[in-house]
Order: sequence, then C-alpha cells, then structure tokens
Amino acid sequence: MSVPLIHGYEVVIGFETHTQLATRSKIFSRASTAFGAEPNTQACAVDLALPGTLPVMNREAVQCAIKLGLALGSHIALESIFARKNYFYPDLPKGYQISQFETPVVQGGEVSFLLGEEQKTVRLVRAHLEEDAGKSLHEDFIGQSGIDLNRAGTPLLEIVTEPDMRSSAEAVAYARELHKIVTWIGICDGNMQEGSFRCDANVSVRKPGAPLGTRREIKNLNSFRNMQQAIDFEIRWQIEELEDGRAIEQATVLFNPDTGETRAMRSKEDSADYRYFPDPDLPPLVIAPEWIEATRAAMGELPRAMAARFVADYGLPAYDAAILTQSKAMAAYFEAAAQASGQPKLASNWVMGELARRLNAEERDIAQSPVGAQQLSALLRRIADATISNNAARQVFEALWTGAGAEVDALIGSLGLRQMNDAGALEKIVDAVITANADNVAQYRAGKDKAFNALVGQVMKASKGKANPQQASDLLRQRLA
Amino acid sequence: MSTSTPPNELHELSVSALAQALRERKLSALETTEYFLARMRQHQDLAAFLAVDEDASRAQARHADARLAGGSTAPLEGVPLAHKDIFVTRDFPTTAGSRMLAGYRSPFDATVVHKLAEAGAVTLGKLNCDEFAMGSANENSAVPPVGFDAPRPVQNPWDRARVPGGSSGGSAAAVAARLVPGATGTDTGGSIRQPAGFCGITGIKPTYGRASRYGMVAFASSLDQAGPLARTAEDCALLLSAMCGPDPDRDSTALDRPAEDFGRQLGAALDGLRIGLPREFFADGLAPGVRAAIDGTLKEYEKLGARLVPISLPRTELAIPVYYIIAPAEASSNLSRFDGVKFGHRAKDYADLMDMYKKTRAEGFGDEVKRRIMIGTYVLSHGYYDAYYLQAQKIRRMIADDFQQAFQECDLIAGPVAPSVAWKIGEHGNDPLADYLADIFTLPGSLAGLPGMSVPAGFGEHGMPVGLQLIGNYFQEARLLNAAHRLQQATDFHLRSPAGF
Repeated sequence: MSVPLIHGYEVVIGFETHTQLATRSKIFSRASTAFGAEPNTQACAVDLALPGTLPVMNREAVQCAIKLGLALGSHIALESIFARKNYFYPDLPKGYQISQFETPVVQGGEVSFLLGEEQKTVRLVRAHLEEDAGKSLHEDFIGQSGIDLNRAGTPLLEIVTEPDMRSSAEAVAYARELHKIVTWIGICDGNMQEGSFRCDANVSVRKPGAPLGTRREIKNLNSFRNMQQAIDFEIRWQIEELEDGRAIEQATVLFNPDTGETRAMRSKEDSADYRYFPDPDLPPLVIAPEWIEATRAAMGELPRAMAARFVADYGLPAYDAAILTQSKAMAAYFEAAAQASGQPKLASNWVMGELARRLNAEERDIAQSPVGAQQLSALLRRIADATISNNAARQVFEALWTGAGAEVDALIGSLGLRQMNDAGALEKIVDAVITANADNVAQYRAGKDKAFNALVGQVMKASKGKANPQQASDLLRQRLA
Repeated sequence: MSTSTPPNELHELSVSALAQALRERKLSALETTEYFLARMRQHQDLAAFLAVDEDASRAQARHADARLAGGSTAPLEGVPLAHKDIFVTRDFPTTAGSRMLAGYRSPFDATVVHKLAEAGAVTLGKLNCDEFAMGSANENSAVPPVGFDAPRPVQNPWDRARVPGGSSGGSAAAVAARLVPGATGTDTGGSIRQPAGFCGITGIKPTYGRASRYGMVAFASSLDQAGPLARTAEDCALLLSAMCGPDPDRDSTALDRPAEDFGRQLGAALDGLRIGLPREFFADGLAPGVRAAIDGTLKEYEKLGARLVPISLPRTELAIPVYYIIAPAEASSNLSRFDGVKFGHRAKDYADLMDMYKKTRAEGFGDEVKRRIMIGTYVLSHGYYDAYYLQAQKIRRMIADDFQQAFQECDLIAGPVAPSVAWKIGEHGNDPLADYLADIFTLPGSLAGLPGMSVPAGFGEHGMPVGLQLIGNYFQEARLLNAAHRLQQATDFHLRSPAGF
C-alpha cells in the first residue's frame, strides 16, 4: 500500500465532525430540538441563560454517545466530565459552552471502509458530548444582527479522528462511512443541509518522512461534494505556497462553494484562551456498565458486520456487500429479496442496479419503493428459471414500478414476455432471419462482428423479445459456421 | 402565645407562633401582611429592602386566607417572609444587588421561593444584599433600597453606624429589626452565618446540595447554598424543612435526598455530646469580647451535658486563599451571561460588539464584582490554571478531609462565626483584604460543603452581638438545630431586641 503523493507532497487530513443527536429535547433543557421553527420559539429559560437557570443532562443524548462508542469499538468512559469553554459571542447565551474537555465520554475506536478495493481504517481520538450555540442572523434585522437561540443547547457529539487520511477521496470515504454509521444506529438524522452532520477538515501537507506540516482547518463542509472540492483546493493552495517559499500559518478557513476556494477567516493569533474548567453545575457523567450492556444488546447488527455476513453467507463480492449496507433499509430490502428468490447475486445486481437507478432518478428512499422486495424476488425467480430474459424482466419491473400491474407472472403473461425456450420455434426464426438478411450474413462471413449483432437483434425482434439471446446467438453461429 | 394577640405586637411572634395563630384563625394572613408592610415602611431607613410590591403581597395573603378558610394545615400558611434578592421571583423584580439587573423580572420563581410558597408563605419583598452576593458587609449593594434614590449601605439594627454583615445583610437586618419573622439567605463563604452573627439572630446553611440552587443568581456554583435566617433555631428548622429537597429536573447538584423534618429532634438532650473546639478558631486574632461571649456559651453547653473536646483544623488559614481562587473562578464564568445581549443592562452608546460588551460590563458591575471577575479570569487562564485553580481544588479536598478527621473525635464543631463583632460602615474602606480575612472561620465549612449555623451567643465589643458557629458533619442539620435549640432554651440572647425595634 503506497501513499499517494501530489507533486511530491504527502497529504495529511484529520476530521472533526459535529453530529447533531436525534433527541427530542435539548442536551441540558427540555426545549424541543425540531428544525425550522420561527426564531427563538424553541428556546426556554435555560437556553436563554436566564439568571438562576441550571443545566440538567438529557439521558437520551448519553444513550446516543454509548451507541456511537459501541458502533466504533471505542472505550466508553464510566465517568466523564463536563467543562466550560468560556468565550463571549452573542449567540452563546451563557458566555460559555458546556463541552467535554479532558475526559470525554467516548475514547478511541476506529472507522473502517473501502476506498475502491482497498480497506482503510481511520483511528478516532475521541467523541465528546457538547451543546450547540445559537445562530447569528447578520442579514439586516431592524438595522442590527439578530440572534436565534432555537439551536442553542442542541446536543452534539463531536467526533475527532487522528490525522490518518492521505487524500481527499479517503477523507470523503471516511465521512460517508461515518455518516452511514450514525444514521444506521439512529443517533443522527444525517441531514447535512440542515447542519445535522457538519465536518471540519484539518489539512496539511509534507514531504514524505518529514514531520507534520502546519494545518489549516476547513470549517463546515456541508456536502460530500464540497468536502472533496474544498480539500483539493486547500491541498493545491498549500503546495503552491510551500513551492513559492512561503510558510503555512495555522488558520481556520471557510470554503466558498461558488468560487470553489477556501479563505482564511481567522488566524491563530486571534485564538482565544477558553479558560476550560470543570462545570460545577454538572456532576461527573456516570454511566453504569449495565447501561452499556443493555444498549449493546439492543443495538442490532452494525453495517460492517452485516457486510461481512453478506460476503460469507451469500457469496457477494465485498464491493456489493459494502454498497448494500449503505443503509439499514437497503440492506433489509436486499436480504428479503435474496432469501425469497434464492438468488443473492441476482438480487444484489438488481438492488444496486435497476432499483437504485429508479430510486435515484425519482429521489425516493428505498422505503418508498413502489416495487417491494417480495415482488422483486418473484421477478428474480423468473429470470433464474429462464422464464424471462433480463431485458424482459426490466419491462416487468417498469410495469410494477408504474403500477400497471402487481403480480409478476400475470404481467409476464399479459406483456407476452415469456422467453422462447422451444428450440424448434427458435430454429425457424433463425433460419428466416438468415434468409432475409443476406447482406449481414455476407458481412459476418467477411469478419464483421457488428453484422452478427444485427442478426441477433433481428432474431430478438422477430421473436418479439421472447428469444433467449444466448440461445439465439449460439444457434446463429451454428447455422452460419 | 396569648389568645388575643394585640396587633401591635405581631412582630414579637416567632414564625412558628405566627403559623399557629394563623392556622387557628386568630389572625388573618392579610392583616398579618398589612402589619409587616407597615412596619417595613416605618423602618425603611435601615435599607433592608430592595423591592416591595404591596399589592402582590396582599394578593398572596388573600390566597393564603382562602386556603386557611379551606382548612389548610400547610406549615407556613399565611406567614410573611422576605427573600434575599439573589432568589429570582415572578412577583417581584430581582436585581442581585446589581445595576446589571436593574428592573429585571424573572419569568419563574426560584425552587426555594416556590417551595416556601407551597408551604403557604407570603412574600413581603426582596432583601438587600451585596452585589451578586459578593461581600461581607453588605456595603457592595449597587441598587437603591426601597424609599431611596441611590444605593446605600444596610444598617445593623444594633448600631446603625455598623454593618449588618454580608452578603445576606438585608435578610439579617430585617429579621433582627423584626421587620419579618424570617427570611431566606444564601451562603457561599459565610453569607448566612456571618450576618446572622453580626445581627444577633439564628441562621443555618445546610449541607451543600440540600436546597436546590435553581433560581439563585449564581455566584460560585460549587459553594452557593440557600438557608433561612430567623430569631430561633426552632423557626430555622421549620423554614429549612420547607426549603430543602431534591430538584432532579432543574438542579443536577441538588442531592437526591428526600425533604426531612429538621425539627424532629429539637428537644433531645445533649448529654454526652462531644463538641470539638478547633484550636485554630481560638487563636490570637480573635477579639477578646467575642472570645468571652463564646467561652460563656460553651460553658452553657457543658452545663447542658456536652463535653468540650480540643481538635485541630490545621488548614484553616489556607481556606482564605483557596476560597478566593475557587469562588472568583466560578463567578468569572457564571457572570459571563451578563453581556448586554439578552437581558439586563446594556450600554446606551457603543461602536461595535466589543465596545458594547466592554461598556455594558464596565457600567453594570461594581468594583468588588469586577475585582473577582478579574481574579477568576486570571486563575483560570492558560498557564496559571494548574498553579492556582487545580492546586486550590486539591487543598479544598484536604480541608474536607481535615473535617472528617475531626469528626472522629467530636459530634459537632463550635467556635466563633467571625473574629470580631460588626465593624463600622466604611471602616474597611478600600481594603477588600480586611473583608476577606474576616471570613476565616466560615470558609472552611463552606469549602467542605458542611452544614453550619450561627446562634446568638451574647454580646462582645461595643455591645454588639456575637454569633457562635456550629458546624456539623454532612446531613447533620437536625443535630445542629437540636444543639442550637437547647442552648436557646437555656439562654435568652436570641430574645433580646435592638433598641428601637
């Protein structure tokens, strides 16, 4: 395994991902976390930091942290500490953010994924619970900036990796895998547009073997496409700076999707002294081992384990297994179709192929597929027993999708798609096609493969698609030999 | 109690006597409230009150009367009380003694306020205190008292040229002057015990976590604790029982221990009680008059059957620097929310956000608050944190261990509340250290989170009251109150009233 170099530089990337937890109420108050409400309608006295208010830990948020730790093979701290990160900003009502600093709840662990054919593993440093800030609305609001505190106090798990990634493609693959895991285990809705899954990438470059270069942090990459663009731009920029003899200064940068460029928003000199100290309003977060075990028992199979099982039990290629375990719903669909049809590879091809194509085209979730797994499996059985061809099966699928019919065998009949498995009938058609297409026959004999394909097409056409294409071409070759 | 209490002597009645008279319908809550409102107006030059709303108090009293008519037996039904202005209240403004919160009105009641109201209490108003509870003399209040246009120091009813102590100075002065039969206070480093001692009344700070901090404007979260001030231990027991209890939905530091009747063993005999006397509490700095009063009270305890045991709390002096690191550190963070953005004071003119912050906080906070924010910010700063804050936390644990060591040899610890009697208003001038040093005997118990109280122990220099401090082990409030009550049955210091009140 070699490290990809760009103009002789090795790229080093680490990620910090703010995962918004899918709890109903905030991390330290009972206000709702629902997205999109009118400004300041979902902020209670605690979120507003009114005098005398105090934080009370939301158990559900802790449950999310436990699930993540279990999913990533991390150590779950039986006792972790909340600290105050002190700084002034108008959308930070208390003047400090409650976060975990020295002792986070999730420690270590790793995320493994396929990058092309290669298995990659990114080690995690930690994942800690913290509260989100509100939002400053700088568009003119009665001549001033407005503050919306609906988001203030929303629970976050900040997931921090080691600087283990060596390319933008690997970084994006990591982010996709993490996204898959947090949505799979149900701790995050994964909505990147709404900010539920916000990635910051720490990017640096160095000559191979040299110590780590100075990193710049790209903030708030809110789509996978932006992520790749932003990191690629940043890598090029840093290499050019170094090649031009300038040193990289540690900075926080923002990606502008319109220009495709990153730009520094603050440099290290501005970095504040956050005066972290343990929050005296919150006792240490104590997690009983029984809680962890109960959570483990209720977790269900994780995507990587499921993918391994698909390879072992169904003989699928690792690639198929990885794709099929992108979401719980897709995996369940596949497994139902595979088991009912007894054709796992065929099921895999169809779920990843025709079904995925149609779903993508209509931007539907697999849960909303008009064609159910049982219907698909009936179709797959008919392909497998050679009742219909793959092409004919697509027509049946189309009819199922549009609702023209619901029962596979009935559709095969009504659409007249039953494959011609009667050798005598096929011979007649082949002979007729040879007779009627003397030009093509002559060209084929002169060595033109295209002409042969035209002949097969004619046979299929004459059979109204019912001929088995393989049988048809075998017979043609025999007759023309 | 006589069956026909003349209305002009209601202020002589204790909380429990008033509650009983109200339950027996010998008094109405409304007439009681009117009586104390009038008395409060009559003595408003003490500067004990920061806010009154007579209509709000009357409305609460009428509700109490309606409940009394319905046969309510709530322990404090109709009894008028007043709250330190650190507790947020819906019916009254809450300032914490600061310009920063001038005119602030909380949308909710503090848990302690709520629990006392549930027990039937009527709120007479809000009591003066040092700004954000930072002070030992109530000279740091920045809010004009009721009847005045400008801030002024609370006066000690025993000598109006002297301070009442702090930070619950308004609470102590009001109870000592019999403007209210009882009041709430908060104690971070002695803010209930010291003013109670200076004003010759009884006050108790329970074990940290006994009373919910929800709705207390935070000074130092790991130390702040609510408690009552009244004239007798019996009244303190009654009030404390109503104030305490778990608050799992609002305060994670409130202990998961059910409310108790802290008065259940008031009358128990003290035979064999071992009272520990820390050597360090009786050292050279102690005023002779205070020493004499304490010694006299300790003799009473011996007569009551208690045994005096010499003990040592070797880190007593360290409590001062440790406290003045930890409390300002927490305060510097707790007070960050006062930034002019959401509530409270905001500077009128400013150039930009940073300018708004600076002007708002420069105008809104008084000198002592600024001093502590600066100390706290400094000790939490990168590079100083380990040397100051972490080190202070270590010594804090050692101080707590010292107490546990001591409690191997004794059941209660006794000593003076403060090294001297109340000093003159302005006497400490611009010397904050003089105030800090005066906290020496109350700070160790605060740092350990132990319950402590102040019991009237006679009079010292200038005829000013002296408070005996009793410190118990965790959750020993009932035992403390028992010891205080037995003393009060044998002495009459708590029954003396300052001339003119």
